[in-house]
Amino acid sequence: MNDMPKFDRRSFIVGTSAAGLSLGLSIPVAGAQTAAGAPASTQTPEVNAWVVVQPDDKVVIRVVRPDMGQGSLTGLAQLVAEELDCDWSKVSTIYPTAGQNLARKRVWGAMNSTGSQAIRTSQEYVRKGGAAARIMLVQAAANEWKVPASECTVEKGVITHKASKRKTTYGKVAEAAAKITPPDPKTIELKDPKVWKIAGKPLKRLDTADKVVGKHQFGVDVKRPGMLIAAIRDCPVNGGKIKSFDAAKIEGMRGVKKVVQVGDSGVAVVADTFWNAKTAVAALPIVWDEGDNIKVSSASIAEFLKEGLSAEQAYVGNKAGDAKTALAGAVKKVEAVYSYPFLNHAAMEPMNATALYTADRCEVWCPTQNAEGALAAVIATSGLPGEKCEVYQTQLGGGFGRRGRTDFVIQAVQIAKQMPGVPVKLMWTREEDMTHCSYHPITQCKMEAALDAAGNVTGLHMRISGQSILASLAPERLENGMDGATFQGLTASSPEGAFGYNIPNLLIDHAMRNTHLTAGFWRGVNSNHNAIYVESFIDELAHAAGKDPLEFRRGLLKPKQLAVLNAVAARAGYGKAPKGVFQGLSSMHTFGSYVAACAEVSVTDGKVKIHRIVAATDPGHAVNPAQIERQVMGSFVYGLSALLYGECTVKNGAVEQTNFDSYNVMRMDEMPKIEVIVMPSGGFWGGVGEPTISVAAPAVLNAIFAATGKRIRSVPLMNHNLTQT
Amino acid sequence: MASLNVNGKTFQADVDPRTPLLWVLRDSIGLTGTKYGCGIAQCGACTVHIDGVATRSCSVPVSSVGGKQITTIEGLAQNGVLTKVQKAWVDNDVPQCGYCQSGMIMAVSALLKSKPKPTDADINAAITNICRCGTYQQVREAIHAAAKA
Repeated sequence: MNDMPKFDRRSFIVGTSAAGLSLGLSIPVAGAQTAAGAPASTQTPEVNAWVVVQPDDKVVIRVVRPDMGQGSLTGLAQLVAEELDCDWSKVSTIYPTAGQNLARKRVWGAMNSTGSQAIRTSQEYVRKGGAAARIMLVQAAANEWKVPASECTVEKGVITHKASKRKTTYGKVAEAAAKITPPDPKTIELKDPKVWKIAGKPLKRLDTADKVVGKHQFGVDVKRPGMLIAAIRDCPVNGGKIKSFDAAKIEGMRGVKKVVQVGDSGVAVVADTFWNAKTAVAALPIVWDEGDNIKVSSASIAEFLKEGLSAEQAYVGNKAGDAKTALAGAVKKVEAVYSYPFLNHAAMEPMNATALYTADRCEVWCPTQNAEGALAAVIATSGLPGEKCEVYQTQLGGGFGRRGRTDFVIQAVQIAKQMPGVPVKLMWTREEDMTHCSYHPITQCKMEAALDAAGNVTGLHMRISGQSILASLAPERLENGMDGATFQGLTASSPEGAFGYNIPNLLIDHAMRNTHLTAGFWRGVNSNHNAIYVESFIDELAHAAGKDPLEFRRGLLKPKQLAVLNAVAARAGYGKAPKGVFQGLSSMHTFGSYVAACAEVSVTDGKVKIHRIVAATDPGHAVNPAQIERQVMGSFVYGLSALLYGECTVKNGAVEQTNFDSYNVMRMDEMPKIEVIVMPSGGFWGGVGEPTISVAAPAVLNAIFAATGKRIRSVPLMNHNLTQT
Repeated sequence: MASLNVNGKTFQADVDPRTPLLWVLRDSIGLTGTKYGCGIAQCGACTVHIDGVATRSCSVPVSSVGGKQITTIEGLAQNGVLTKVQKAWVDNDVPQCGYCQSGMIMAVSALLKSKPKPTDADINAAITNICRCGTYQQVREAIHAAAKA
């Protein structure tokens, strides 16, 4: 099922499916709903879509991009507040709903937090929103004083007319400002980031208080009057269907209210508590029709991908000169085959959504990275017109790309439709979540390079064979069959991620080999494996050429990528590691940012210890350096968890890993010391949440080679014996 | 009918005695600060104190906790005054998504009671909760800060 409508990775506008429904409905926006559905505290008219100032000078900033932990809520508020010139200590935020955005002709723009885009693709219009509100507030004061606005100044929400020594505050003029014609956005001049006072600063997050007392309202915490709770079992083999189930066997079980089929592949039990629902659905006899996919195994997938490494047909993502001729004439040829497995996002909060359906309204409360996509799914599944549907985005217990999908929203509505008038909260078990993911795509890669007599790289052919995410989730975005996103960090010149090395004869191509499992956007996306393939192989080439890996890279790298690599090498003291500790490097240009890492590891009795990683990122602009540091560290934990343990395997068509006992992740005892260099060079806006994840694993793999002489070409590390022989 | 003492109050819950404490807290009593992450005592998101001991409530049947003092994340702060662990969490800007942090704070609060000045090794041994956002470095810093407070 394509449950990710109009997912455009470049513009990230969830687009026409939702926007086309814009009907100019009259929804009271000043009374915006919070995520939990409570009415907002303000009845004050908004200054504009982004800003409400209350009579007591408290400023409510509307932010539509969900914060799943990445800090974008605070960063976006900083950008609005910077241009607004308000008092940061008086700022709070609120999420408008997808329905409100639709009704106001998408005044807030796209609502998704995906692709490390929340800040960088909206920074200009949110800053203009803050600036427009400031202009209107100052104009309101000027009107009251009958002086030109140009004679008024503003600082921290206090407007001053120096000549007449008059002062007022935003709160006092907000109501009058609301009636002023907004300035034309084209005429608004934004501040030079060099003079920022709120943006660009390492401010604390705005949303911490509730998280330390258990009050932050996640999707699983939604409570509605008369609500019941559902647990589900979907066919363990993707593509399979329900043949039959025996509801009578469990209908007398404690708390059970109803047993319902969900689509053609799932059954849910609706009960009074989650425990009763889960216990009953586990006991439900179900006969599945798994179809042909039951024959698929990890071994059969590996064979299928291996064939693609030498296949004739492949989509070309980057080509310069003539790599094949260069390879044929090489003085020295280096070859290696790499692979990367399926991974589950394993967000701490399993997938869930609460739906209430009646004959004339359908409302959904859910943790989503893509509220407009969720709304489109509610409209399509409920069969109701857009103005009768609503999605309230709750707080998210992690997302990592998984919550951009709407499969769990569709299921919740399918269940609620069978119980009209009753709110039903669908909660997946961890086991359901582990086995029904849109997995990190599985790929293999063959690298071939030509060296000349001096050890220069004269040609490189990189052949990726494996899954396409777009083919799984957004096939309409394939271009003549090609998935452009596959070449993340490998393109000739895309500002989103260009191949970092100057190699005269280059061919990077993709033999698309889609498996029966759904591929999805997993934090870092295709740059996870692309970085391992390129950065490990560059290391192999350095050794083949008899050169130091840093010096070798310096001779090939483009300037901005070289700058971040030099920064980590300098901070880490590259070449001067303590005895027994070995260093590895990597760098990448992805999600619009330049990133690098220097990892320090030791290997004792076959056991790897990662001591320290120095990271650098050049995201162009840094809206909140403290939160960027946390994102870099967090991305490393996520990436290193995958490196150490991450692998979903397939047996009889089903994913074998069902919980954290079989899908292990990093804990505190394995956490290296991470130092982060944030070095924005200006002139562009790169992402933050994802880019650095790509450099963690290859830096560690290269350090392991330095320590052991063993080149690891497949992950996770738990599958390898690193005992010295 | 299960009777249990949570955060100093007594509750009656009409549930199957095998029901894990986690679900009685969340669905019967309505204390949703305690989170479900795995259901098999692997992740620690459901950590509460039972007679002061950090315990993964997803794997404790409610029938076993009658007469014991249960403390959840909602019961730490008294009259709105945060504990030193909660305060260290705020001061160090620890949480990202926040989902695991209730369990993390409960586990750390118990650790600091038994070991007021834990070493990094003590922390590594005692705090095995999973955080997928990757707040471990901030968690460690906040534990040391709370120990000094």
